[in-house]
Amino acid sequence: MSKEANSPARNTKVMNRFDLTSRLVAKLKNEEAVIGGIGNTNFDLWAAGHRPQNFYMLGSMGLAFPIALGVALAQPQRRVFALEGDGSLLMQLGCLSTIATLAPKNLTMIVMDNGVYQITGAQPTPAAEVSDIVAIATGCGLANSAWAADEEDFERLVEQSLSGSGPTLIAVRIDEKPGVGATRRDPVQIRERFMLGLGVRQAL
Amino acid sequence: MAAAEGKTSFKSLDEKALDEKPSREKAWHEVVLQTLKRNDIRLVPYVPDRVLTTLIKNLHADPFFTTFPTAREEEAVGIVSGAWMGGVRGAVLMQTSGFATLANVLASLAIPYQIPLIMFVSERGTLGEFNYGQSLVCRTMRPVLDSLAMEHHTATRLDEFEFIVDRSIKQAITTQAPVALILSPLLTGGKVFDK
Repeated sequence: MSKEANSPARNTKVMNRFDLTSRLVAKLKNEEAVIGGIGNTNFDLWAAGHRPQNFYMLGSMGLAFPIALGVALAQPQRRVFALEGDGSLLMQLGCLSTIATLAPKNLTMIVMDNGVYQITGAQPTPAAEVSDIVAIATGCGLANSAWAADEEDFERLVEQSLSGSGPTLIAVRIDEKPGVGATRRDPVQIRERFMLGLGVRQAL
Repeated sequence: MAAAEGKTSFKSLDEKALDEKPSREKAWHEVVLQTLKRNDIRLVPYVPDRVLTTLIKNLHADPFFTTFPTAREEEAVGIVSGAWMGGVRGAVLMQTSGFATLANVLASLAIPYQIPLIMFVSERGTLGEFNYGQSLVCRTMRPVLDSLAMEHHTATRLDEFEFIVDRSIKQAITTQAPVALILSPLLTGGKVFDK
């Protein structure tokens, strides 16, 4: 959440992660894959209603976009969404360049930016006061990167990404509220159900 | 294999074979490429290493493979994990110091989610290392693998290399468990101080 005077983030509304995640999930009609990053990001994905095409991370902070890139490369006909926190993305900024180079058309990245590590006690990130996630993404070569001004704009950007000619990054400013739910921490079942949901596996 | 036959040259035996013999054994990097292909492993992200240069060049030249550099090794692990869940098999190439960055992703993604992560690690830090930091970080690799009870093999001989690679890939996939294949300087010739 940049407070820099000339940042486009300055004029964006502070929204809520669970509300935005619910709006996204409501739009999914074609078995789109959704990768939920560590912590609150996947807690809210879980709380928005479990889908067979959801994958929930229980560690490996910063890897939501790389995991989503792998799914997008493996299944180019399926739309893949990735939900990541700003602190998590800061751990793995290099992946934005990798994604810009490979340029998968079917990948939409959403950055939930509250400028803090909410889950560890809301300490500010090193980027909080100075960095602009969209400017970083654009500089990495992701031309379709934008701040969502409000909820309506977020929904519009999500829909626009469905027919995008390259990867899309949507950044949203969010409040410091914790996640609404708590993902069941069963990694094998999460992975197996995701593979069933993607049509890779058949149930026993 | 070079050392086993008492070769003292820094050039590995298979590289010499490439230069000298018209009908020759496969080089170690040809074994890797062909065995990946035979096991339908198509996605190969990497963080490069001098020893891996020819392998990386040949992977790029072969349209069967989707191969590209990543900024960090754990990023590559995330990518092949996602691809495997989406139905495409992958493997990651790196060097020893890159493996040292992976303890968290192995313990929180590959192992608990039962993902058959296949890693080729070019071994720096031993048998002629010239950088003290490389020799120190190399010593952390096998203790990390052992503490996570991960399958790992150190390949030193060309005559058993294809067996190790092929069987390890098959075991990783069927048991849904990661494996690290460490490429010793005894196999590859390694990287030496020559300037």
